[in-house]
Amino acid sequence: MLKFEHKDLLGMKQLSREEIELILDTAVPMKDVINRDIKKVPTLRGKAMVTVFYENSTRTRTSFEIAGKYLSADTVNLAVSTSSVQKGESLRDTIKTIEVMGFDLMVVRHSMSGTPHYIGRNTSMRVINAGDGTNEHPTQALLDMFSIREKKGTLEGLKVALIGDILHSRVARSNIYGLSKFGCDIRVVGPSTLIPPDIEKLGVKSYYNLDQAIDGVDVINVLRIQRERQQTGLFPSLDEYANLYMLTPDKLKRANDDVMVLHPGPMNRGVEISSALADSTMAVINQQVTNGVAVRMALLFLMMGGSRDEITY
Amino acid sequence: MKLLIKGGRVVDPANDIDAVMDVMVEDGMIKAVEVNILDREGTIIDATGKLVCPGFIDMHVHLREPGYEYKEDIASGTRAAAVGGFTTVCCMPNTNPVIDTAAVAAFVRERAVKSGIVNVLPIGCISKQLAGKELSEMADLVAAGCVAVTDDGQPVSDANLMRNALEYAKMFDLPVLSHCEERSMTREGQMHEGYYSTIYGLKGIPAAAEEIMVARDIILAELTGSHVHICHASTQGSMELIREAKARGVHVTCEVTPHHLVLTDEIVGDYDTDTKVNPPLRSAEHLEALREGLLDGTIDCIATDHAPHHPESKDCEYDLAAYGISGLETAVAVIMHFLVDKGLLEYSEMVELFTVGPAEVLGIDKGTLDIGTDADITIIDPAAIKTVNPNEFLSKGKNTPFKGMTLKGWPWMTIIKGRVVAQKGQLVNNNTKDLI
Repeated sequence: MLKFEHKDLLGMKQLSREEIELILDTAVPMKDVINRDIKKVPTLRGKAMVTVFYENSTRTRTSFEIAGKYLSADTVNLAVSTSSVQKGESLRDTIKTIEVMGFDLMVVRHSMSGTPHYIGRNTSMRVINAGDGTNEHPTQALLDMFSIREKKGTLEGLKVALIGDILHSRVARSNIYGLSKFGCDIRVVGPSTLIPPDIEKLGVKSYYNLDQAIDGVDVINVLRIQRERQQTGLFPSLDEYANLYMLTPDKLKRANDDVMVLHPGPMNRGVEISSALADSTMAVINQQVTNGVAVRMALLFLMMGGSRDEITY
Repeated sequence: MKLLIKGGRVVDPANDIDAVMDVMVEDGMIKAVEVNILDREGTIIDATGKLVCPGFIDMHVHLREPGYEYKEDIASGTRAAAVGGFTTVCCMPNTNPVIDTAAVAAFVRERAVKSGIVNVLPIGCISKQLAGKELSEMADLVAAGCVAVTDDGQPVSDANLMRNALEYAKMFDLPVLSHCEERSMTREGQMHEGYYSTIYGLKGIPAAAEEIMVARDIILAELTGSHVHICHASTQGSMELIREAKARGVHVTCEVTPHHLVLTDEIVGDYDTDTKVNPPLRSAEHLEALREGLLDGTIDCIATDHAPHHPESKDCEYDLAAYGISGLETAVAVIMHFLVDKGLLEYSEMVELFTVGPAEVLGIDKGTLDIGTDADITIIDPAAIKTVNPNEFLSKGKNTPFKGMTLKGWPWMTIIKGRVVAQKGQLVNNNTKDLI
């Protein structure tokens, strides 16, 4: 199987293990392109993509944009907040307008779960979900998995802990769906009010205690905690959160010696992760960003170009 | 004018009838229900193989008029009711203006006579402007023909107002219909809270939010000795609370919708906004508990909560979509297909839930084939098979999660006061008033 068969990439839920491997394998040569002096290949010349972000984001949007540009696709960013939404245009009309300009692919981020699914159903463009509400963020999971595989050599059977606001985290969900296809032992840990109902039915173990959760793990993915969750009464204060769940070099002693720490960014230093740890060699946060570009290049290539054996160097 | 309905299986639970009999209608009234009536004068309807039942009643319908005619109006809503097998519908007061005065209630009744084709009984507001602050003028509403009061769509959050409403409504033997939802727990909720809300990443609406208010209203009904009716009960806990309260002698009744009886939260997965409804589609345990309540008498009636919407309010992001299902034209078929045809519900039980059940809740003289009463009759063809196609709906609301489903057991004929108004999903033209 050397082709990406889906019209859209909506979530990790829909991907098979083989499809995930295809994307990760394709990202390896893409990463080489990023490290070259002349960072451009003609693979997607003549293709056009648009990023439409209904929610603020710098890194994901920039990552998609530069990924498209390294592959020679024409890349346009639509500033949604300043355009049609304010004029009361319906989403369907916005999509149609973009489609008829001739774009091949649309990258969308939206604060409401399921919106990329709605868009996918209503357009002939291919759609990549760059994060929808509290549902999924598949490219983040793919770049996390790429980073883990790069460092550990395999994904098979690793012990992985996800720390923080699991309830609202699309990163957590996508990681769970992706990693569980590789037999990983997945734990989630956070305050009880931020653990979603029936999460264990997804085959993960849930914990309230950080020490127990990270005992013997190979990988830790620290999630960003959002201040507004405290304001809606889900936990008492950021201080108390930090006391209970902030990951520090000291806490890490419970984990495996060669544990690696991921964070999707942007970080709240001193809240969910200590500065000392964030800047240590155990954290791969900057590599994640580079890998994000590589994984997105792979996806754009597979979705607008062709199969893996057609890669031109 | 005479009508003789011959050879059908007459199912009239109020009179303990479930047998092949004939029904004679004269001058708009039931004249006789007997075996093998011989008559040469009237029009003969051959109902062999069909179920001949008292006219079905839907006590929870949003007809949207006045104010929201772009969603539905009395003309389109009552036509949908007629082809759906309903002879009587009760319309909810969350219109614009709301039905909180005799004038609006009178307007609805006048419109129903002019443009409607089934019996329309208005339901008034509990509180003025549905604001949950002051009681509406219930004596006036009753005088104008309202058969119940409710703030449906807006739960009465103030327990003292609910207590006063129950006390006051007692003077008129008026049931108080309660939309049970503790809003502080359901804000921005999109679907039932549970496993599927976790994996679909949609904000959950916990069962507890309904049950807290069901419990409160039962306690208040007990305190006041009044009749509270729980609208669209949807959870296992609600069933337990109502069952236990009934056993204790509290005057509580409840309704359940067809969609809560046959669909679960799993189908929200494609983010099809037609699955978005309040209360939300629940998980399988809740569905089972509702079916149990249906069989053991905890549930008094089936009501659609027919909530038609304009296509634009469903053709959008899931979070932004309106709550509600257009239910009048599928209710009977859904119950026939998923419950009766599968052997989970007897004909007589099904008919009771659509006829005497709601009639007793409302205290209205309908839902039977008693001699001398209005000849409102619903005839069902249990063998008819049809695929749900919302584009064929007479309702303006095409919003249904049942679209595309092939169902067995459909309304065959709807007769109101002795006149055939619908047959096989079509209006019968010579009786149709012009759409206004």
